[in-house]
Amino acid sequence: MEHQTKLRVLVAKPGLDGHDRGVKIIARAFRDTGYEVIYTGVHQTPEQIVSAAIQEDVDLIGLSCLSGAHLFLFNEVVRQLIEQDAGDIIVIGGGIIPEEDITRLKGAGIKEIFLPGTSLDEILKWVEENVKPLSQRGGSK
Amino acid sequence: MTVELVNRILEGDVRTAARLMRGIEDGAADAFGEMADLYPHTGKAYIVGITGAPGGGKSTLVDTLITTFRQRDMTVGVVAIDPTSPFTGGAILGDRVRMQKHSTDSGVFIRSVATRGWLGGLARAAVSIIHIMDAMGKDIILVETVGIGQQEVDVTRLADTSIFVLTPGSGDAIQMMKAGILEVADIFVVNKADLEGASRSKMELQAMLGMKSGACEEWEPSVLLTEAVNNIGIEELVDEILKHQAFLVSGEGMEKRRKERARLELTEAIESSLKDYIDSNVDKAFLEKLVDDLVQRRTNPQAAASQIIGKSIKR
Repeated sequence: MEHQTKLRVLVAKPGLDGHDRGVKIIARAFRDTGYEVIYTGVHQTPEQIVSAAIQEDVDLIGLSCLSGAHLFLFNEVVRQLIEQDAGDIIVIGGGIIPEEDITRLKGAGIKEIFLPGTSLDEILKWVEENVKPLSQRGGSK
Repeated sequence: MTVELVNRILEGDVRTAARLMRGIEDGAADAFGEMADLYPHTGKAYIVGITGAPGGGKSTLVDTLITTFRQRDMTVGVVAIDPTSPFTGGAILGDRVRMQKHSTDSGVFIRSVATRGWLGGLARAAVSIIHIMDAMGKDIILVETVGIGQQEVDVTRLADTSIFVLTPGSGDAIQMMKAGILEVADIFVVNKADLEGASRSKMELQAMLGMKSGACEEWEPSVLLTEAVNNIGIEELVDEILKHQAFLVSGEGMEKRRKERARLELTEAIESSLKDYIDSNVDKAFLEKLVDDLVQRRTNPQAAASQIIGKSIKR
């Protein structure tokens, strides 16, 4: 198991929201799927999340936000990734997010939003189908 | 283009460096060639290993060390190693939680690494990741091992200064007399020194270290008390690290350590090249036949190995 490409995922909670139960369950589920999960903890700024993601060379960022500030925080993460030439890192989010915001988030480049009640299997299946390691994606190096 | 890649890393480009680290971990074919081109630019950074039992406060200590080294105008690389699950191959790399405030400091590069089955408290890719940070120009590289027991001393062969972190009451005198890490660490830290028994742990450790026989020109490991969460004792720890560095540089210590490290790298390169060569060149059916012979006790592992190696090398 030493030499093989493993998915690297960063999970983080941006902003002023300390409810980390959900994000920890997701982290654990990713680990049990065989991914390497970098957990950065709560109260993260978009800057911290983006620079950690680049240093760690992750393929996917999972953001969790239950405070209502998702529109600003999630969009800011995507904007800064693009600004730093790392727009190929996929961003997904979860939390208490009104339906009308989902379209706006997706428009800004968030690939998928998972709402309360989503099963772990559903999330894991989405990741498996939609996220490949950066080195195995066509085009970008 | 490798020259371009090497230049980008020498200029400190984070994304390029991070990509190469990933390539090394995943065993990407081009990564090893790139590493070879980078190698001449390494060997300048000072490497500090931090090891100790799980929950002793290693990550918090690393966090405060980063702050203190940065205040002294040194750039810092951190390799934080956590275990891979032997069942699923996945890992939760959580050391970074304690260090995230340094995430946006361009003078700091933190990389979380999973062991991927490697024993001894390190990861196979650790040496290469250290080299890459070194080439990026980091002055100090802190290597935090997996939480370890008594025997996992690999980091001491890789580091210039090795720090062993323990907590008050984590062992009586007999535990400390046993072989292993106590023989090879350069600095001992009793962290969480606000807990009961800290000064007693320090005394017991000092007594044990005093029994060590050795020439008088040898480095005498010191025992420091710290409270990493309260940032107490960290300045003293940094002073002690730099004192050890000065000691190594003034004598033959530095050259001896670097030589031993080069030898270790060579040995590992030989072993893994040999293994890769055998994996791709030895006929699988021949290997299976030897396995059957072993099960039937028609041969023994040593003889079978000689047969394979002899065969591979003659080709």
